[in-house]
Amino acid sequence: MPNQKPVNRRSFLAGTARTACGVGLAGLLLALYAGQARSRPVTALRAPGALPEAAFLGTCVRCGLCVRDCPYDTLRLAKLGEPVALGTPYFVAREVPCEMCEDIPCVKACPTGALDPGLTDIDDARMGVAVLVDHETCLNYLGLRCDVCYRVCPVLGEAITLERLHNPRTGKHALFIPTVHSDHCTGCGKCERSCVLEEAAIKVLPRKVALGELGHHYRLGWEEKAKRGESLVPGLVDLPDRLPEARP
Amino acid sequence: MSAQRNPGAAAVERYGWPRAHRWLLMRRASQLLILGLFLLGPVAGVWLIKGNLASSLTLDWLPLSDPYVLVQSLFAGHVAAGTALLGALIVLAVYAAIGGRVYCAWVCPVNVVTDGAHWLRSRLDLQKGWQPKRNTRLWLLAATLAVSLATGTIAWEFVNPVSMVFRGLVFGMGFAWVVVAAVFLFDLVVSRRGWCGHICPVGAFYGLVGSASLLRVRADRRAACDDCMDCFAVCPEPQVLTPALKGARHGRGPVILSSDCSNCGRCIDVCSQEVFRFGTRFNNRTWSDLPEPEQRKGRNAASAPGVGT
Repeated sequence: MPNQKPVNRRSFLAGTARTACGVGLAGLLLALYAGQARSRPVTALRAPGALPEAAFLGTCVRCGLCVRDCPYDTLRLAKLGEPVALGTPYFVAREVPCEMCEDIPCVKACPTGALDPGLTDIDDARMGVAVLVDHETCLNYLGLRCDVCYRVCPVLGEAITLERLHNPRTGKHALFIPTVHSDHCTGCGKCERSCVLEEAAIKVLPRKVALGELGHHYRLGWEEKAKRGESLVPGLVDLPDRLPEARP
Repeated sequence: MSAQRNPGAAAVERYGWPRAHRWLLMRRASQLLILGLFLLGPVAGVWLIKGNLASSLTLDWLPLSDPYVLVQSLFAGHVAAGTALLGALIVLAVYAAIGGRVYCAWVCPVNVVTDGAHWLRSRLDLQKGWQPKRNTRLWLLAATLAVSLATGTIAWEFVNPVSMVFRGLVFGMGFAWVVVAAVFLFDLVVSRRGWCGHICPVGAFYGLVGSASLLRVRADRRAACDDCMDCFAVCPEPQVLTPALKGARHGRGPVILSSDCSNCGRCIDVCSQEVFRFGTRFNNRTWSDLPEPEQRKGRNAASAPGVGT
């Protein structure tokens, strides 16, 4: 190459440094973007068996095989412009919930293990957890017998139960309060999909968002007492309970 | 520079248009066929292939996966399950044999975009513009692996135009057409052959995969070269041509050995002297196409001490 400039140490180092800086900057931007993309809107739920989000984004190759094998077209891949990490599969419960197929075809289709093949019983799936977020509009809270979320639940009578409370408004009726039990709820979203309100009063949220966690050293006194068969603090003086006095 | 404006004119005149474009036509057919096979499912309900280029399942038994994506996953700290690993090994084996950047020229959907930009660029007679070093893509490849390691994610897949376009076509575009437009404009306005030739880490990865590939373009009849420069005008990586085409005097064989070569075959198309052909990397004769006295001179020079400095 006659018109090529001779490469000397100075130009080599300068050129290399320029490339390294440029690419380093690009890498930094990419890292920041990847960090941002890790936050997922609470309404976007992952397929059954999905690894925790951080591990999921390092394992899912965005191939869409789970989407193809989902018989109800629940799952879809995030397009550019949607607030979910680009190309990853998700579903929105209020639009199309998970139908909890017995054979879990989405997990079987996953080539990488981003949907954990260890999930063999769909009742063990934990896509999120339903939360009755709005006590002010839930019809059952208003004293009606809507019960739709309770009746559509695939883990009927276990994930959602109706707990009976006194209705102080009428003074003589009962409230049947839909109550979610997180150790049975799979987060399929059928309750949220079926909620009859304009905006669902019961919503499936990521378990990390919805659930509290007891201190690991906490012990429930009544359970410990039942285990031991007697009070853990013997000879405890039981003082008389002071009840609130009736107002005139 | 009329040859630059209309490279291949001599070949068209001599062999006719179809033959002077046969590898280009076959390449477009290959790109269309692969996309068509993937689209057959969602469009016509015939599921020969499911998935996309990142990972797919053909006829419900053949898994294929993108090894570059899985390498990033590995750097992110995850070993993918067996199906994906098997699929990646199959893909690696194929590209190691036929040339890694065959992916770029015969499969990648962005190739059509950047070839289109290049076509328009030469029509408009634009300057070559910003030309970052060819090895920038290797640096970027290293950077994507570093970011994967640092963030625990498959980093390049957040921005990769290749998978964005292909996934967009098969699963729904969203705003991915903006990225297509950006790559097109980058190649048209900013940098000639910029994306595929200098930036794209996917191509860099596949280049490394194919660095010892068997299938190569050979300038076997380089002695017949009439220096028309048409091959240099059409080649997306013209630096790979020089050693093979003009290397006889330096004792270099006629095989294009650079892993930057994408085996696109455009040089074969445009050459009116039939200098190039597809072949293997073997039998890379060094001196034999020179006249006898030149051969002797070359051999003596090569065996003399101090040669190669």
